[in-house]
Amino acid sequence: MPALLEVKNLQVRVEEREILHGLTLTVNAGEVHAIMGPNGSGKSTLSHVIAGKPGYEVTGGEILFKGEDLLEMEPDERAAKGVFLAFQYPVEIPGVATMTFLRTALNAQRKARGEDEFSTPDFLKKVREVAASLNIPQDMLRRGVNVGFSGGEKKRNEVLQMALFQPSLCILDEMDSGLDIDALRIASEGVNALRSSERAMVVITHYQRLLNYIVPDHVHVMSKGRVVKTGGKELALELEASGYAQYEDAAA
Amino acid sequence: MNVAVAKTTTGATLDGTFAAARGRLPGTGPVTETRQRAYDEFAVGGLPTRRVEEWKYTDLRKLLGDVAPLAAAPDQAALAEARKAVAALKDGDTQKLVLVDGVLVAELSDLAAGNGITVHALSAVLADEASAARADLLLSKVKDPMLSLNAAFATDGVIISVADGTECAKPLQIVHVTTKSKVASFTRSLIRIGNKAKVTLVETFVAAEAAKNYQVHDTTVIWVGDHSNLQHVRVMEDALDAASIASAVVTVGAHSKFNTFSLTNGGHVSRYQSFITLAGEGTELSTNSIHLLRGQQHADCTFVIDHATPGCLSRENFRAVLDDRAHSVFQGKISVHQIARQTDGKMMSRALLLSDEAEIDNKPELEIFADDVQCGHGATVGALDDSLLFYLRARGLPEKEAQSLLIQAFVGEALESIVDDDLRDVAIGAAERWLEARA
Repeated sequence: MPALLEVKNLQVRVEEREILHGLTLTVNAGEVHAIMGPNGSGKSTLSHVIAGKPGYEVTGGEILFKGEDLLEMEPDERAAKGVFLAFQYPVEIPGVATMTFLRTALNAQRKARGEDEFSTPDFLKKVREVAASLNIPQDMLRRGVNVGFSGGEKKRNEVLQMALFQPSLCILDEMDSGLDIDALRIASEGVNALRSSERAMVVITHYQRLLNYIVPDHVHVMSKGRVVKTGGKELALELEASGYAQYEDAAA
Repeated sequence: MNVAVAKTTTGATLDGTFAAARGRLPGTGPVTETRQRAYDEFAVGGLPTRRVEEWKYTDLRKLLGDVAPLAAAPDQAALAEARKAVAALKDGDTQKLVLVDGVLVAELSDLAAGNGITVHALSAVLADEASAARADLLLSKVKDPMLSLNAAFATDGVIISVADGTECAKPLQIVHVTTKSKVASFTRSLIRIGNKAKVTLVETFVAAEAAKNYQVHDTTVIWVGDHSNLQHVRVMEDALDAASIASAVVTVGAHSKFNTFSLTNGGHVSRYQSFITLAGEGTELSTNSIHLLRGQQHADCTFVIDHATPGCLSRENFRAVLDDRAHSVFQGKISVHQIARQTDGKMMSRALLLSDEAEIDNKPELEIFADDVQCGHGATVGALDDSLLFYLRARGLPEKEAQSLLIQAFVGEALESIVDDDLRDVAIGAAERWLEARA
C-alpha cells in the first residue's frame, strides 16, 4: 500500500521566486507530523500547494496522495479524495449561512465520490452532535460563514468541518496563530479526537507550544524551502531552547 | 424639414404604425384625442437617444431601433400557448390577471370582485362612453417619451381598486405573456389602494417558447392611501432577444409602507423606470432591484424618488451580476422638496462583474431643497473574491458551484427583502434558473 502522502523533491515558484527547492516528505496513515521552521521557510507554501491554491507554479518534483498524482487534481477533487487544509486565516463569507455552506460542501464531496447526498434531518443531527462536542453554539451555525466570529471561533469552525468531512489527511496551517490558551486547548482537543489509524495530520507551526497539545510522532524542521532536519517529538523542545538560527546556516 | 416626424433608427416614421393601429385602440372622442396628444408628445423627440439626459445610458434609437407593429389580439392558438406559460409559473396561491399579447383574457384570469377588491379591464373602461373621466386613465404626471408612447398605444390592462381597510388574502398577480414574434404589446394598469389597506402585488413577465424578438411596453400607475402597506414583487423573465420598456408611476400617502422588489434576467434590452412620490408624512419606501445578465443583455433600472412631504424614509438597494458582455445601468435620483424636512434617503448600488467585458453605469443624483435632511449614495464594483473561491473549492465545491454560492450570497440581501415566503421562493427560483443556465 502506498504512503498516504508522498512529497518528492518538490520545487515551487511564486511569480519569479523559487520558494521550495526540492522538498521531500512522506506521511503514513495514523501518523502526526509537525513541520516547524522560521517565517519564510516555505511551510505555508507547502500547505497551499498540497491543497491546490492557485498562484503557485510547480517546476519540479511530485506529490502523490494514496499513490495518485495530486497536482493533476482541482482543489475540489482533492477535497473529495480526503485532503483537508485548516486555514491559518479562515475567510469570512457574508450571506452564506454556515449551515448551508457545510451542507453544500459535504454533499459536493459525497457526490464527487459517487455517494448519496445526506438527507437534511441526518445532516442536521450530525452537525449538532459535532458542534456540541466543540462547544459551538447553534446560533453560530446560522450566521454567515465566519462572519463576526472571534479568532478562536473561526479555528473551531475549521475543526468542525474536519470532523464533519472526515478527511484522511488534515493539514493544520498555523492553527495556534491568534489563539489564547483556552481557545487553543479546545481546538486541540477537537483535533486529537480525530486522531486515528486511518488518518494522518500535518501540523504546521512556528512555535512548540501547539505541540504540547497535539503531540506529534515526527518533527521536521524546514529552512529556506527544504526539510533540513527530522526527528521525534523531542526535536521540537530542542528547537524551543536553541532557536532556528543553526538551521538557517545548514540550509545555505 | 418636418420636426414632428417620429424618429427611429430606420428613418421610418411611426406615424404609419400609429395610423394602422388606431382602429384597434379602444376608446373614442376624448380618449382618441388624448392618445393623439400623447403620440404627438412622443413624436417630438421620437425614441430617446443618449442626448436625452434621462436616457443617456440606454439609447433606444440604437438599442431598440424601431417600435414593432402592434400585436394582434390573441387567437385560440395564442391562448393555448399562454395557458401553458401560466401553468408553468410556480408562484403559489395568487389572484391571477393574465394579459396575453396586450389583451386581458378573462378565461385565464380571476376577475371576481369581492372582499373590497374590484377588477376591470382597461379596454372596457376606455370604451365606455358613459365614463366621464375615461381619458384621464391615459394621463401621467410624469413627462417621458416612452410613457407618452405607451399612452398612445395602450390596448388593455387592469384597473384594480382596493377599498379602505381591505387586507388582501391573496397576492394580486398581473401576468404578461407574449406568444408572438416581432410584435409589440402596449399595456397599462392602474391600481388604487385605499387607506389602511394591505396589498401584495406581483407582476410577472414571461413568453411562450416560440415568441422571439418581441417588445413589451408596459405602464403601471399606483396610488397608495394613508396607513397602508403595499408589497410589490416584479419578476421579468422575458425571452433573451426581447425588449421591455416598463414604467411605474407611484404615489404614496401618509404613514404607509411601500416595499418594491424587482428582478430582471430576461430581455435583450430592458428598462424599468419607477417614478415614486412620497406624498404623505411618515411614509417608508424600500426598493430592492436585481439584474442578472449575460451575453450582450442591456438592462436599465431607473428610480426617481420625490420626497414631497416631511419625515419620509427611502432606501434603494441595487445589485447587478454581470457576465460576458452584459451592460447594466442604475440611475437613482432622490429629489427632496423644500418642505420635506427630516427626509432620510439613501441609495446603494453594488455590481459583481464576472467578466472583463461586462459594464455597469451608475448615476446617482441628489436634489435637495430642504434643511435638516439626511441623504446619501454609494456604489461598489468588484469581481468574485479569489480567496473566498479557493476556500469553497478547498471544501469540495466545484468552481461553478463555488461561484454560484457567492453570487447567491451577493444578491441574497435583496431577495430576503421579500416578505412573502412563496414570492421570495419565486424570485429565488428565477435567480437559480439564471445560475443553472450559466453553469
